[in-house]
Amino acid sequence: MGLHDENLRPGARVSAVPVSKIMAEAEPVIQLKGISKHYGSVVGVDHVDLSVRNGEFLTLLGPSGCGKSTLLRMIGGFETPTGGTVHLAGEDITGLPPQRRDVNMMFQDYALFPHMSVGQNIAYGLLMKGIRGTAAQDRVREALRLVGLEDKIDQRPHQLSGGQRQRIALARAIVREPKVLLLDEPLSALDAKLREQMQVELKHMQERLGITFIMVTHDQSEALVMSDRIVVMQAGNIAQDGTPEDLYERPASPYVANFIGTTNFLSAKLLSQEGTLAVVEVAGQKITISNAPVHLTGNTLQIGVRPEKARIVADGSAPGDNLLRGRVKENIYLGLGLRTVTELADGSLISTDTMLPRGIASHKHARPGDEVVISLEPHNIFLFEAGS
Amino acid sequence: MNAVAMTPPRAGKARSTRWIADGAFMTFVCALMAFLYLPIAVLIVFSFNDSRTLTWPLSGFTLDWYVKLFSNTALLEALGNSLYVASCATVLTLMVGIPAAIALDRHQFPGKAVFRRLLLLPIALPGIVTGISMLNMFRIFGFGLSLETVILGHATALLAVVVTQIFARLQRVPKSYGEASSDLGANGLQTFWYVTLPNIKTAIIGAGLLSFVLSFDEIPVTFFLTGRDNTLPMYIYSTMRRGITPEINAIGTLIVLASALLILASVLVLRDRSQRS
Ligand SMILES: Nc1ncnc2c1ncn2[C@@H]1O[C@H](COP(=O)(O)OP(=O)(O)OP(=O)(O)O)[C@@H](O)[C@H]1O
Ligand SMILES: [Mg+2]
Repeated sequence: MGLHDENLRPGARVSAVPVSKIMAEAEPVIQLKGISKHYGSVVGVDHVDLSVRNGEFLTLLGPSGCGKSTLLRMIGGFETPTGGTVHLAGEDITGLPPQRRDVNMMFQDYALFPHMSVGQNIAYGLLMKGIRGTAAQDRVREALRLVGLEDKIDQRPHQLSGGQRQRIALARAIVREPKVLLLDEPLSALDAKLREQMQVELKHMQERLGITFIMVTHDQSEALVMSDRIVVMQAGNIAQDGTPEDLYERPASPYVANFIGTTNFLSAKLLSQEGTLAVVEVAGQKITISNAPVHLTGNTLQIGVRPEKARIVADGSAPGDNLLRGRVKENIYLGLGLRTVTELADGSLISTDTMLPRGIASHKHARPGDEVVISLEPHNIFLFEAGS
Repeated sequence: MNAVAMTPPRAGKARSTRWIADGAFMTFVCALMAFLYLPIAVLIVFSFNDSRTLTWPLSGFTLDWYVKLFSNTALLEALGNSLYVASCATVLTLMVGIPAAIALDRHQFPGKAVFRRLLLLPIALPGIVTGISMLNMFRIFGFGLSLETVILGHATALLAVVVTQIFARLQRVPKSYGEASSDLGANGLQTFWYVTLPNIKTAIIGAGLLSFVLSFDEIPVTFFLTGRDNTLPMYIYSTMRRGITPEINAIGTLIVLASALLILASVLVLRDRSQRS
């Protein structure tokens, strides 16, 4: 793992491609420099720097109130930043109103005009560009064909289902062929099943159109499925920025590790460190970590382990390194797998997930009360400073 | 028979209680309707009665009062004045009220709370106060009193009504409509024309009708601000000193008819709304 130490700090930019190479390849389509939005003493967004590559599917992810929507709305021109600048394809658009920005937004409530038909809704953006008549008609039909709803052209929005409205809103936003499409929680109004289907559909649509998508969501699994790159936000700042793999496998902070996927956190004490190789003590056991941050300051630390990366091995007597001993508390059936919660010597709990490829009936697993040993692999453990 | 026998006694009791409740409710509704509409019915009936006095029983059918009405030039002139005043006051108050409501709903500006209170205050202000204060103002500025000063007075008094109605509707129009419109390339005026206006159209029609009716039968403000011209309610009021005549019943009936037509028209105009949402 060729990891750089700064990748493990909150706010660090982690990217699959070195930044210098991106710059050489293409100018970013959106560039935010020190962008801030303060509502009196309330901080919406605080001094964010971000550049978005052309054709990228970027997701702003974070819990409620972290400033995702505010950031997106400043790109769309619906909020005026209290500081910083927004550049679109190299041009400063900070002061421009929404109608003069070559970006379009898909609203959370879709904002389809109820007094217009589907066709008129989609044609609206063309009409405002001065495109009318058959030229407009052709483009409206083309957009409807893309979302598979050509037969709905004369219906009113209220006659459509939620999923259909979502597609019409998409058609209306892309018919103007914007440089960037902004989507604020585009799937949150749909039920779970349809949402999963639309995640994939939206992703494919983005690939086909080649338009840059910037999406806001608070659903981490949605972000993982759809994005080329995810920006995790925390209280108006960027907590981490990287590919889904980066964030899942190399979270920069407990906040990110906690927000994306599930993570067991255990307190640890630093015993020794040599470069990225650290030895810590967890629940009385010695644990070796192969990709530790280099500049650890304190020696009260925290390790993070994904439940599916920790393994219950044989019974309680197996020798070896990186083992935690404990007693099974409960088993939770997840369908796809089985989650075993084990209580360690110091009373802390750790969850381990096992897949059930042949179903639960033919799976041999530890029962509550059994003594077990949990094995951790040195490169599958996150190490964080306790305060971070 | 069998089915009745099998009904548990409790259910039977519940049914009879319910029947009494329903009966009481229907009686109440009928009484309310009678209270509201009986006077109007009496008005209409007596306008066709061929006696000069308003006494029971009816003596015979006649259209004389309507013929008289249409030859009474003072009354017709008052009617014309009222229509003129009500129309102009409605248009004027809408022209000021719609932008004011939009400003209150969509824009943030310093002093907004004060502006809002000041706009809505006249709704609680007796017409007599509006009348006297505007009379003073016109005197100070040296305006002669006329129907136009009445129009200004009505428009002022009605502004609060219009703003309240349209503001309430604007609050129910999602903010995202306007944002989507500008996102799709529309400037402020285009957004107003193509998106905001169609969505508050029904509230505007409603507020317009209400203003028209309120202005049409307004007396206190008119009393202070009119010159030599009379509006219909003022005319009726002045002739009333000589007692209610069947002629007045006739004009009352015509007004009821006109109101019914207005209501019908507004229902027809607003009909497509029920298909929505
Ligand atoms: N108009 C406003 N006035 C005052 N504070 C605001 C305003 N809009 C947003 N905020 C504050 O700014 C912060 C960020 O809000 P924002 O809407 O961007 O959050 P979000 O990440 O989109 O959350 P959610 O997932 O709930 O939509 C919040 O603390 C919010 O209270
Ligand atoms: Mg939001």
